[in-house]
Amino acid sequence: MTASKASDALHLQTLTELARGLAGGEFSSRELTESLLERIDAHQKSLNAFITLTADEALAEADLADKNRATGAGGPLQGLPIVHKDLFCTAGVRTTCGSKILQDFVSPYDATVVARLKSAGAIMLGKTNMDEFAMGSSNETSFFGAVTNPWDQKMSPGGSSGGSAAAVAARLVPAATGTDTGGSIRQPAALTGTVGLKPTYGRVSRFGMVAFASSLDQAGVITRSAEDAALLLNAMAGVDPRDSTSADQPIPDYTATLSDSVKGLRIGVVRQHFDEGLDDECGKTVKTALAALEDAGASLVDVDLPNIGLSVPTYYVVAPAECSSNLSRFDGVRFGHRADNVKDLFDLYCRSRGEGFGAEVKRRIMTGTYVLSAGYYDAYYLKAQKVRQLISRDFNQAFEKVDVIAGPTAPTTAFRLGEKTDDPITMYLNDIYTIGANLAGLPGISVPCGLVKKMPVGLQLVGPAFAEASLLSCAHQYQQITDWHRQAPEAFR
Amino acid sequence: MSRWEVVIGLEIHTQLATNSKIFSGSSTAYGAEPNAQASLVDLGYPGVLPVLNVEVVRMAAMFGLAVNATVAKRSIFARKNYFYPDLPKGYQISQYELPIVVGGELFIRDDAGDEKRIRITRAHLEEDAGKSVHDEFEGSTGVDLNRAGTPLLEIVSEPDLRSAKEAVAYMRKIHSIVRYLEISDGNMQEGSFRCDANVSVRQVGQVELGTRAEVKNLNSFRFVEKAINFEIARQIDVIEDGGVVVQETRLYDSDKDETRSMRSKEEANDYRYFPDPDLLPVEIEDSFVEEVRRSLPELPHVKCARFIAEYALKEADAEILTVSRALADFYEEVAKTTAGDSRIAANWIIGDLSALLNRDNIDIQDSPITPIALAGLLDRITDDTISGKIAKEVFDGMSTGEGSADEIIAAKGLQQITDVSALDAIVAAIIDANPAQVADYRAGKEKLLGFFVGQVMKETGGKANPGQVNQLIKQKLS
Repeated sequence: MTASKASDALHLQTLTELARGLAGGEFSSRELTESLLERIDAHQKSLNAFITLTADEALAEADLADKNRATGAGGPLQGLPIVHKDLFCTAGVRTTCGSKILQDFVSPYDATVVARLKSAGAIMLGKTNMDEFAMGSSNETSFFGAVTNPWDQKMSPGGSSGGSAAAVAARLVPAATGTDTGGSIRQPAALTGTVGLKPTYGRVSRFGMVAFASSLDQAGVITRSAEDAALLLNAMAGVDPRDSTSADQPIPDYTATLSDSVKGLRIGVVRQHFDEGLDDECGKTVKTALAALEDAGASLVDVDLPNIGLSVPTYYVVAPAECSSNLSRFDGVRFGHRADNVKDLFDLYCRSRGEGFGAEVKRRIMTGTYVLSAGYYDAYYLKAQKVRQLISRDFNQAFEKVDVIAGPTAPTTAFRLGEKTDDPITMYLNDIYTIGANLAGLPGISVPCGLVKKMPVGLQLVGPAFAEASLLSCAHQYQQITDWHRQAPEAFR
Repeated sequence: MSRWEVVIGLEIHTQLATNSKIFSGSSTAYGAEPNAQASLVDLGYPGVLPVLNVEVVRMAAMFGLAVNATVAKRSIFARKNYFYPDLPKGYQISQYELPIVVGGELFIRDDAGDEKRIRITRAHLEEDAGKSVHDEFEGSTGVDLNRAGTPLLEIVSEPDLRSAKEAVAYMRKIHSIVRYLEISDGNMQEGSFRCDANVSVRQVGQVELGTRAEVKNLNSFRFVEKAINFEIARQIDVIEDGGVVVQETRLYDSDKDETRSMRSKEEANDYRYFPDPDLLPVEIEDSFVEEVRRSLPELPHVKCARFIAEYALKEADAEILTVSRALADFYEEVAKTTAGDSRIAANWIIGDLSALLNRDNIDIQDSPITPIALAGLLDRITDDTISGKIAKEVFDGMSTGEGSADEIIAAKGLQQITDVSALDAIVAAIIDANPAQVADYRAGKEKLLGFFVGQVMKETGGKANPGQVNQLIKQKLS
């Protein structure tokens, strides 16, 4: 295993290192962009991390960035290449959501996340593959085919932001956006040895992010270091008048507090997250990581989240309910796939949607429709909302005792492609440790903390609402004393 | 007396008079090219989100206070899910469990003319759908989403109405209130004010309600009355023929004057309402409610009571004059300007002026005769310059722009003959010319007085003062 340094090849450098290199004139945005596009080109076939590439636009933007740099103009991400999960609307570039129904959909506008990163100077190289409408934990529900895990290409990279995670892990790009509704950033980050940050619900605007479950969805990033995640969050965070649920909260400079020590930091270790279901080796790896933080001065405190065991069933009522309604607009009338030779309106709806959506999406639409139906609403949807409040209360009580909560991100390392596709329940249980943060609207981050049988393991940190700064500094401090995040999969060094 | 009792509740949809839509910045102006006023939010594009136009909250609060209801401290937007091409998102954003206005009341006259309290269950905010255009495209349907997202206030009454007439009276009251508040233009041709009626019948004395039918989309007062009366007769026929009324939605066809079944209860959609996670609850502070309360204009029933007290009007006249704020303002300006009797001012406005405006289909605001001009005319009646009869001639001249009352009177020489000696001569001549009638009158046929007066008026071209003429003739014949 080799750790990369700033003097390494461009693809091995972090976003922060690349920013320094660009500023110091060591290389140009065009050189950087060209070298990454070459790498993407070489590996796209085997990884399938991208749905759409925007090479020409990216090179044009790189040239512009180089020109700006010469005159001193431009934002903090000037000329840095990133990629977007194909759930973010991008003006003029198709946005498929990994679905046949939006196979040819071109949005006329940019999502707020896209616009903010663009105005900070970032260059988009392409749009990444994902589970259809972000519904899945393995990237196998994509209409464009599964993404493979760079650490072992027989394995899943996780999902739904699997393309973003694989692209960052394979050193094709330094950073990618993602979305996290139940773990869709953190779980693939864990399974690919990358950093995945899901901010507090409302920290980042949802405008232009195609909705899966509106009360749970949150945009975030997948990077190789906590420092890079802080750099990107600086550009993405903030209230958006076009999203009523975005939070009007102060935006700290997340990079400014990275060097804060973990001395005195109280880290809650959730008893329930080390119960049966967690792979033994993964459990040990996470505990080793916690011990390292303890050695660095943090104190470990056992905490209970008594209702956290109900998070998966609660999630699988709330999320499908919202998705069943959010996906109604894909009806073949105004945009997206429309069936040919329809007999009447009913036929238009049934066939356009029947042909356009994949099996998992249909399963969730049906589940959601069921739990909202007259006679079932109270027993399912309303009850799930009540449990959701209990879970939220559990977190709040835990945060009276500790500053952050830590544990495994996923119960196992990456699983084999195809292994769980016939068993949705087992697939759903892969998000057992991540879903709680979505239900409670809390920020969470997954950082690589070791390998089990040569496959990465993630350490998850969850904080109180709007405590991204302390999560990022804790993660950054951990990355100062370990080098797991510097380790690249063998075939992609 | 009928053995049937009719029970009606109304759901009135009133379009709020905002400049932009309830959840997007698009204009709400009527009559634009199809889809010219539909933004990405109105089109339900992937990724877009609704943002509440706070103006609708203020308008809903005004309505709530005007009908003595509670303005909810917290109300919630929900999604009403169903598929239709003119419903772009596949759901309508509406308020369901927690509406913004709860529990109001207003008073109407029942069929016997007595005051009756009608309870208002609730009023909630929602977005309108678009429009499907079926007849302009061969073999396909067009969708115009200009109207999609237009703010509506749906006002739901308790089933307190007992006849089609009461339903119309209630609807007119609501119409008057929303226009007074200036929260809706109330334009029924453009669909800004329309209603659905829930109609059922039961035997007199029966406690439980009969099965109701919901009659949809009634967009004029006349149609409301006709549709409800049709529906009442239909339901009574069904029951008297031994059948049962089924719960269903029916559509009123104004061309055929009948209601037709649209869908039965079994076919009804399960709307799967749930709180819209894209919108925050609407939280209203007491201070906001107080601010709105202070901004309320004088309401129709208050104004009506004041007109009765201040201008000695008959109740019926005061009610007519206060139906719209513009009419009431017009009246009040006349009443305050004229030196004459405020009741005569009311008669002129309700009578001649209204007839003129109706004939030419003109709004009171655009009346060719201004309040000051009308007051000028009334002053000439009061000071006996002209008679009421001549005044009508002057009024006609004013309406066609011939000038002020004084100008017309002067130009046409319409001033009353008040010179007693001149009148005396005319009266004497008339008496001399009609000896037979004089004899009859003196023999006790006093009705003939009118004949003499008429002759004098004819002779003077109407310019004599009728009271004065009366007196003179009586004197001479006694």
